[in-house]
Amino acid sequence: MNDDSPSKILIDNVWHNNPIFIQILGICSTLAVTNNMTNTLIMTLGVMFVAAFTNVTVSLLKNFIPRKVRMILQTLIISFYVIIVDILLRAYLPEISKALGPYVGLIITNCIIMGRAEAFAQSHGPLISAWDGITSGLGYLWVLMVIAFVRELMGFGTLFGIAVLPESFTTWTIMVMAPSAFFLLGSVLWFAKAMILKQERGK
Amino acid sequence: MMVPDINPIVLLFASIFTSNILLANFLGMCSFISISKDMTSANGLGLAVTVVLTITSMLNWVLLKFVIIPLDITYLRYILFIIVIAATVQILEMIIDRVSPALYMSLGIFLPLITVNCAILGVALFMQIRNYNFVQTVFFSFGSGIGWWLAIMALAAINKKIQKAPVSAALSGPGITLITIGFMAMAFIGFSGMLNVQ
Repeated sequence: MNDDSPSKILIDNVWHNNPIFIQILGICSTLAVTNNMTNTLIMTLGVMFVAAFTNVTVSLLKNFIPRKVRMILQTLIISFYVIIVDILLRAYLPEISKALGPYVGLIITNCIIMGRAEAFAQSHGPLISAWDGITSGLGYLWVLMVIAFVRELMGFGTLFGIAVLPESFTTWTIMVMAPSAFFLLGSVLWFAKAMILKQERGK
Repeated sequence: MMVPDINPIVLLFASIFTSNILLANFLGMCSFISISKDMTSANGLGLAVTVVLTITSMLNWVLLKFVIIPLDITYLRYILFIIVIAATVQILEMIIDRVSPALYMSLGIFLPLITVNCAILGVALFMQIRNYNFVQTVFFSFGSGIGWWLAIMALAAINKKIQKAPVSAALSGPGITLITIGFMAMAFIGFSGMLNVQ
């Protein structure tokens, strides 16, 4: 992969190499809040912010960090940005911050962020690394928003908290509970893999 | 904040079954899916997670009550918790290497993976948000570890059977694993009438 043009990185991160499709990385922290679109959006934007800034920082510091301690230093850099996200949320969106509970802090252990810092920022310049972080976040955002859309619509009959389905609609309790997130993510993976296999066969 | 009035024994069973750290709270998925292919490594990782989870939660509780809260530096808790976890894992690795090389062979390779396991940090944060006392923290973290272990062993066993089944090409791999986890989550939620904690 020598072609590092911004558009190729975008397409790769959003579709071909989408972190969720390929290795199901990083769903721990966010899958839990996907029964509500607002929370999911805020969480994934948080992940995007942390990924972009971590990539820039790691890329700028890559020549100064000894190899042996880079893991722990990357973790500390990530925690630093997560704390910023946490404080911003508590100041400006206290309701959502309360609903997200411990999951904001768990962005630290989101494998996507460290994965991108290791795989991309270690060997690239700061600007393109920031772009890589943003696009990885985008790839992550759309998959989780699809899941949140189905879960909130079927589970509560609302989208972003606004009622869209008529009162007579019987809400599906299962969609509010944990198993539906696994089923929906499994279905999204199934669909994506089927599309990718079809494209490959077409070539 | 008040300490919640929950019997530690109830908390233990609740964290194993009804609010299983993996199946109800989605924590520790990354290593869960990649390791769940064979039973031996699943067993090793499960044991390692349980041990590390119990030890780090106790340490983090002490840190929280005697350092973080008195100094009023709650906003630094993420960094402090993750440092405790990383340091504990490192020290455990060295101790096990010295004391029992046989155990190191079976457990050692999993220890580095654990630092980035969301379940460990997740339990520490749950412990802080729900304001558990020390005994509750010990039972909660031990139960969460056992629950994780149980879930990964069950999934590894199911995966063995799935390998022999004809799964369509597009669904094979992570797709079918996630659907399986969904069914497991439904089974575990079935216990929720018996115990209710949250």
